[in-house]
Amino acid sequence: MSLDTSAVLHSGPDGPRSDQDPGDDLSAVHRARRRHAGVVWSLRLVVLVAVFGAWEVLATYVIDPFYYSKPSLIVVRLFEWFTVGTSKGSIWSNISVTLQEAVYGFVLGAILGVILGILLGRARLLAEVLQPFIQALNAVPRIVLAALFIIWFGLGMESKVATALVLVFFPVFFNAFQGAREVDRNFVDNARILGASRVQILWSIVVPSATSWILASLHTAFGFALIGAIVGEYAGASKGIGLLISTAQGTFDSAGIYAGMILSTVLALLAEVILGGAEKRLLRWRPPSQATTTAGI
Amino acid sequence: MEHLIELANATKRFPNGKGGIHTAIRDVTLTVEPGQFVAVVGPTGCGKSTTLSLISGLQPPSVGTVKVNGKDVDGVPDGVGYMFQADAMLPWRSVLANVAAGPIWRGVEKSQARDRARDWIARVGLEGFEGYYMHQLSGGMRKRVALAQTLVNEPSILLMDEPFSALDVQTRALMQQELLRLWAGTNAAVVFVTHDLEEAIVLADRVVVMTASPARIKAVYDVGLSRPRDVEELRITTEFIDVYRSIWSSLSAEVDIARKVPSRVA
Repeated sequence: MSLDTSAVLHSGPDGPRSDQDPGDDLSAVHRARRRHAGVVWSLRLVVLVAVFGAWEVLATYVIDPFYYSKPSLIVVRLFEWFTVGTSKGSIWSNISVTLQEAVYGFVLGAILGVILGILLGRARLLAEVLQPFIQALNAVPRIVLAALFIIWFGLGMESKVATALVLVFFPVFFNAFQGAREVDRNFVDNARILGASRVQILWSIVVPSATSWILASLHTAFGFALIGAIVGEYAGASKGIGLLISTAQGTFDSAGIYAGMILSTVLALLAEVILGGAEKRLLRWRPPSQATTTAGI
Repeated sequence: MEHLIELANATKRFPNGKGGIHTAIRDVTLTVEPGQFVAVVGPTGCGKSTTLSLISGLQPPSVGTVKVNGKDVDGVPDGVGYMFQADAMLPWRSVLANVAAGPIWRGVEKSQARDRARDWIARVGLEGFEGYYMHQLSGGMRKRVALAQTLVNEPSILLMDEPFSALDVQTRALMQQELLRLWAGTNAAVVFVTHDLEEAIVLADRVVVMTASPARIKAVYDVGLSRPRDVEELRITTEFIDVYRSIWSSLSAEVDIARKVPSRVA
């Protein structure tokens, strides 16, 4: 575990020393690691500046910023949205609507996906019977359902939640299904011998086993939830980032489209950070991966 | 007379995955009484472990009967503990939670189950490691957890499937000694499957020699060595070597046969 390693590393200078003085070696390793991180981050900054600088210069002197916009215009648009507001009300109210739709869709889709995936993963016959239907459903271009949901549920939040839900459901469902099927036979046999009932096996072994599979799918699933909400709004809504993007398109405001893209990217990244933290907590029983234990040694 | 464990002409066949049938064990007849330590030896991959899955109720016999406490085995019988060859503790649970799992699953109140688990963790020599996860423990320590996990249920029948085969020689001897110490005075019957004849003699009262696949019982030997035993000392006594020589003459023929046939799953 990373905790243990750091404890060992810090005890280096005070702990028993060999004649090679491991304390010095370790601090050298630390220094080298810090230097490496510094180099990586500076190079990332260079990439960012190069791409946006080139875009800015090109859009100023070569290509037409009306079609392609440029970074400075996008910054101005974002600034305007946050200070003055958008044509559809304050930017925060639009963000909050999109976020709510995505979160509701994500939560509902994930819950449904996990429950059905795990149950079907344990019911072999049912899984075999339903397999072709599920595959067919998975092959349907689900994003098109956004249009149908607007007819069914109207222009309000419900239609976007439904779109996000459908997009989230399938990846979570498939991972939960796979996770529930790949439970170590040994764990189940051992639990049966130790006295676990079917329900106890499901709860204490199948669900935790499938957790790492499910968590892996949740990472991408929140991205899908955002896509679902935004596409739903794009297809017809009274508020939201998708609506801002479609309005920007209607007024040939390419900077506005980019600004909407940046907002949704930031939301997705924030969600990724939160989910990553939750994953770390839930999977803290795992041995540290090879990559982290050997780095720098 | 009613026996604790009674296998009568038990045969187990499996589909072999190529459309044929693989017979793991054939016509196995064996009885075990309370407090007996029986070792089952045979060439690697001969089907010894199948005997244990029949007694444990994890698998039904294809032919013949398996009785525990006089009753036909249908599902896991009461009082059976089973230590598998591979680690079967849950990696996402701490040592304490793994050991307490059995009693909790059987309906013991949680705090009481944890107290019993703590007691057994101490008895197997892991005091202070209650909060550790499996990947933080060595192979020998994991075997100790597995022992505590099994023994906390106070089984009257302890099934062990090559539990120490993955350990290095020194740790294995240590665990054998620990097993004898923990088992002494419990009156539990042990059926211990191994391919290591030395291990079988050091531990058991009776050694059952099985043939190469499909496994049948070839011979049963009584090990007349006194208890308590010191596993390290015992190996170099002449009594041990005599017993070893007589059983090995029977087992080695089967090992030779098994070597000529490509090995099947253990």
